[in-house]
Amino acid sequence: MKLLLTLQDNNVAPRFDLTTEILIAEHTNGQLDNEPRYIILPRKSAEDLCDLIVKEGVRCLVCGGIEDSLHKFFLWKKIDVIDNIIGAYTQALECALAGKLQPGSILPSARSTN
Amino acid sequence: MDNEILLTLLSIPLVTLFDGIPHGVAIIDSELRLVLMNQFLETLVGFSLADVKGVYVDSVLRSSIANRGRAFRDILNTGVPAVLHGDILNRDRRLIPIQFTVTPLRAPDNTPIGLMVALDDLRPTTASVSLIGDDHTIEGLIGQSPKMQEVLDLVPLLARTEASVLITGETGTGKDRIAETIHRQSKRANKPFIKINCGALPESLLESELFGYVKGAFTGAVKDKDGMFAMAQGGTLFLTEIGDMPLSLQVKLLSVLDDREFFPLGGEKKISVDVRIITATHRSLRDRVITGEFREDLYYRLNVLNLHLPPLRERETDTRFLLNYFLRLLAEKTGSSAKTFSDAALNLLLTYPFPGNIRELRNIVEYCVNICPDTLVAVDQLPKYLQQWQATANTEPAVPATAANVDTLAAPLTFLQPLPVRTPVKGWQTMERELIVSTLTQTQGNRVKAAALLGWGRTTLWRKLKLHGLMTISSPKPASGNVS
Repeated sequence: MKLLLTLQDNNVAPRFDLTTEILIAEHTNGQLDNEPRYIILPRKSAEDLCDLIVKEGVRCLVCGGIEDSLHKFFLWKKIDVIDNIIGAYTQALECALAGKLQPGSILPSARSTN
Repeated sequence: MDNEILLTLLSIPLVTLFDGIPHGVAIIDSELRLVLMNQFLETLVGFSLADVKGVYVDSVLRSSIANRGRAFRDILNTGVPAVLHGDILNRDRRLIPIQFTVTPLRAPDNTPIGLMVALDDLRPTTASVSLIGDDHTIEGLIGQSPKMQEVLDLVPLLARTEASVLITGETGTGKDRIAETIHRQSKRANKPFIKINCGALPESLLESELFGYVKGAFTGAVKDKDGMFAMAQGGTLFLTEIGDMPLSLQVKLLSVLDDREFFPLGGEKKISVDVRIITATHRSLRDRVITGEFREDLYYRLNVLNLHLPPLRERETDTRFLLNYFLRLLAEKTGSSAKTFSDAALNLLLTYPFPGNIRELRNIVEYCVNICPDTLVAVDQLPKYLQQWQATANTEPAVPATAANVDTLAAPLTFLQPLPVRTPVKGWQTMERELIVSTLTQTQGNRVKAAALLGWGRTTLWRKLKLHGLMTISSPKPASGNVS
């Protein structure tokens, strides 16, 4: 199953529409199949990122803030969205793989990284 | 260290002072971590200070101006205050236009220790611009029909008063939009507008959401939490689906409306509030009063001013107007080439009854805009359920819907049986009572047969007969294992 995280430096990017870096991880039952891929996007564009997510066959999106219309779009496409995440992306990935990441989570690392 | 200096400087009265300011205010330290934000900003961004204190400010504000913190760092380093325009994306997934006024804070020895950021919500300003020059629209409320014009004429009058407003109308008629417009045009426009769906939360959760709680009020209440009433202080509280509010909470709501003060859950100190109440429901509150599901006194308290939104099928010319409006708007937004509907497609759309009202109409147009590759939207580019509706509308009686003919677009379940006039939905209790009476009539009063037909045990039937007052005093309680 493919998981996509939006990144900004060491953190989950605060806004989906202003994201310029993403991580794609493929996993089976919480175990990574291979090294996650980091992709630098050519520009900030929510539409381009939506296209990429659909084309890549991502099943779960982990991000910070996301607009309601985009959230609904992903739900319509049957893509799980775990949004409003604050904290280090490595910790977010760890929790997501363990199935413990909930929308709105403020991770302990949120107070130690920026 | 900076954080500590700031906290010393900001004594408790100053924090209280910030809460009285009708703008969002945040204090951040030199590492751009959040030290303080006032109640207004908490409402605006959707996070409470207790949860996000010490967190990198951009993760909380999610502003378009931050540019990875560069904007704030520049102001911190140069010491020159700045006014910037941008937006924030709040926790409710809303994009809000904001004017940011950023002021550097310095220690007595002139070293930079942090920033004060004031956030002005520009929504009331930007919305009023759209009012100019169009008699048929008020902040996105559109209508040319006489019935809708009556509503649009009433909105400014309702905005001017402080009385409670009850908005009624079918689903998808724009009750939420009207409530927000009334707030934005009122003198409370600069204060919070808080919306809560009374039908979406279980009773206990709804009570804590509305009135807040104090630490230790119940298991899991590890800290004090303000309720929606406190968060809407000075502004408007919009209670949607008020008809679904549990009776026990209706009493507490009535008491708040009368006294303008309440106790939070587990609290001993009364909180005074100045909040305007707007309510909405798609149910008939009068019917619910009759069936005992809604308090009569609360009904009269809420129904000081009533605004009924007509369904789309009663808005005559508005359907065509709205179709064109949404086609233009959505085509522009998505970059689609769709410009107009073909005559056949327009005829179909103008005869369709739109049971989902404007929400459904907008979804249909959005579907067309995404599907249509040309400038003209043809019939076969309309959602399939509309084409099927047209086919079956001419052949009576209507055939029942099957899973196969429901399109992937969320089609209303009633699409094959359009209802020209909707009857008010009865309460479950009323329906259940009628069901029991009709089944007993069918079985000529035989309770064993009636219970079997209803799929209930005899004891369940006996209990429900008692509940609905269908028992005579002499009716015996069924003994277990005894078939009568």
